[in-house]
Amino acid sequence: MIKALKDAGISALIALGIFGAMVGLPSVVGEGGKLSLDPQPWTVAIIVAVVFIGRLGMVLWQANRKPRVKAKSAAHSKYTISNVAGPLLLIVAVVLPMAGDRYLIDVGVLVMTYVMLGWGLNIVVGLAGLLDLGYVAFYAVGAYSYALLAQTFGLGFWTCLPLAGLLAAFWGMLLGFPVLRLRGDYLAIVTLAFGEIIRVVLLNWTQLTGGPNGISGIPRPTLFGLKFTLGDGPDTFAGFFHLTPSVTYRVAFLYYVIFGLALLTNWVSSRLRRLPLGRAWEALREDEIACRALGINVTTTKLTAFAIGACFGGFAGAFFATRQAFISPESFTFIESAIVLAVVVLGGLGSQIGVALAAIVMIGGGEVFRDFNEYRMLIFGLALVVVMVVRPRGLVSGRTPSVSLGKGVHIAADMMSQGHG
Amino acid sequence: MSVLLELQGVTAFYGAIQALKGIDLVVNEGEIVTLIGANGAGKSTLMMTICGTPAARDGRIIYDGTDIHAMPTHEIMRRRIAQSPEGRRIFARMSVYENLLMGAHGGDQVAAAQTMEQVFVMFPRLKERRDQRGGTLSGGEQQMLAIGRALMSRPRLLLLDEPSLGLAPLVSKAIFAAIKALNRTTGLTVLLVEQNAVQALKLAHRGYVLVNGAITMQGTGAELLARPEIRAAYLEGGH
Ligand SMILES: Nc1ncnc2c1ncn2[C@@H]1O[C@H](COP(=O)(O)OP(=O)(O)OP(=O)(O)O)[C@@H](O)[C@H]1O
Ligand SMILES: [Mg+2]
Repeated sequence: MIKALKDAGISALIALGIFGAMVGLPSVVGEGGKLSLDPQPWTVAIIVAVVFIGRLGMVLWQANRKPRVKAKSAAHSKYTISNVAGPLLLIVAVVLPMAGDRYLIDVGVLVMTYVMLGWGLNIVVGLAGLLDLGYVAFYAVGAYSYALLAQTFGLGFWTCLPLAGLLAAFWGMLLGFPVLRLRGDYLAIVTLAFGEIIRVVLLNWTQLTGGPNGISGIPRPTLFGLKFTLGDGPDTFAGFFHLTPSVTYRVAFLYYVIFGLALLTNWVSSRLRRLPLGRAWEALREDEIACRALGINVTTTKLTAFAIGACFGGFAGAFFATRQAFISPESFTFIESAIVLAVVVLGGLGSQIGVALAAIVMIGGGEVFRDFNEYRMLIFGLALVVVMVVRPRGLVSGRTPSVSLGKGVHIAADMMSQGHG
Repeated sequence: MSVLLELQGVTAFYGAIQALKGIDLVVNEGEIVTLIGANGAGKSTLMMTICGTPAARDGRIIYDGTDIHAMPTHEIMRRRIAQSPEGRRIFARMSVYENLLMGAHGGDQVAAAQTMEQVFVMFPRLKERRDQRGGTLSGGEQQMLAIGRALMSRPRLLLLDEPSLGLAPLVSKAIFAAIKALNRTTGLTVLLVEQNAVQALKLAHRGYVLVNGAITMQGTGAELLARPEIRAAYLEGGH
């Protein structure tokens, strides 16, 4: 019990450290454009209390479950990065928009988009081991699907979202067929070309896509029919809830939409990992010949990985289109694929929490260093090199078995490096 | 004794290279049949061709009364044929438990749990190391895992490609004993490829000798062991 209290106290302290500055001291623009701090002690106190009670409950609940067999790597069993950072990040993500800082939320949306793309690509690259350098193609397909469906048929975001995902999945399969026999470098080159082909087609098919001018005036998403425009009619969010209209609501809403989509991606992929299909993906990554010898249908296994990964890319694309309200082929260049792939690799192939951390570091960090202008890419590149030298298997490079009986043994990174992965 | 597997004039190619030149071979139900031959003779190719990768170009492969030579691999394997391929090919980053589950892929979960218990009875070592990563097992343990994984689909025909590869004599003896016990108690039919011709021929009911993609000799294990040309070629070193 004492231990549980101590544990919860530490969590609360960490929360205080994080939110104290972030939520508790938002800067507001006062009269005359002067910045001043607007302390919010109660908000912070509530958050810290929630963290404390939550952690206490978690610890006690775990203690009351049937005693677990102590795993050999006891150090790993409790304080793995995923166990500690996961819930913390989740809490930060939930409360982030409550800080009310427009810029912060904007960065949050950006980071979250890459977290989602990272998790989507992780299915293809991290789980199934298929090196895909053209992931941006599905992002583009999703974005253009929504933009065109909305403009041509006047469909709303929520109707188009599944359609965009389906269309992207279809293109994923289409890419999958010709590359079924390819591995490694060859696969990478073909997928890279595929990404470029999609972009070039979008650029040149002027009647449909508007070519380099792109598509503008893409409708914004609604919340059960409530719009986020600046008016205060009964069909707007602000009007319905009798709030002062503000852009922040829209941005915060967009943030929660992408947050939800990212969580969906995470949930689906960690669910799939525990199913025979997900296990087949991982087996495929390890050894294709063994998979064949075990009677696994390698074709369908690969195609589903491409399709499901692409589907989430399509969702993210549709979100991108609705958020920007304007898309053009310029947003879907190879560098996007490269960044998403970097997020996945940097995060430690296959690790969900690692991908999230990497996206925060890379995208969020990139925003922080925006002031450095031309040095930004230099810092970025250096950081990548340093991480890869210090942690060659990515930030979080362990792998927990998707199934185990009773004891969950985390397979440590240093042991993994011996495998041919 | 009924015929379980019969190959008639089977050929196989890697591009333009012909690896199998018209193989005729019979495996009866409940038998252990061994295939011996020098490096590059085509033994592994023959095992893989039975499973459909590479697919046989000519000839017929009749398994349990059906010609399977043109079927895709995953459909062939669904007919209760299992292979433990050359070089073990364990899923290195997956646990022993997950590796075994992969062997029962697509099958029913309850049956898989039962079969796994049987595998653990046969190889208690695997049970001790259930949550250990496949790649960190010793060579012998990996071989047990490869065989166990193949058994997870409850096969009628088990194809074993060099199960003693790289193992100490004692460990390989234990593996051979396990194969024999399986065959005795469950009547499992085994087609075995081995470099260690003496052990294999002692264990097997019958054997075939493969030279450059063609069968040159066949007979019971004892018969082949007694042939002077076999002794010269495979048993006393030198090719
Ligand atoms: N994937 C492949 N592509 C091209 N040629 C191949 C391939 N696999 C095998 N071969 C060739 O086919 C022939 C038969 O090879 P196979 O692996 O069947 O021999 P083996 O009898 O199993 O030999 P070993 O005892 O060394 O395992 C060899 O000449 C080999 O070079
Ligand atoms: Mg061989």
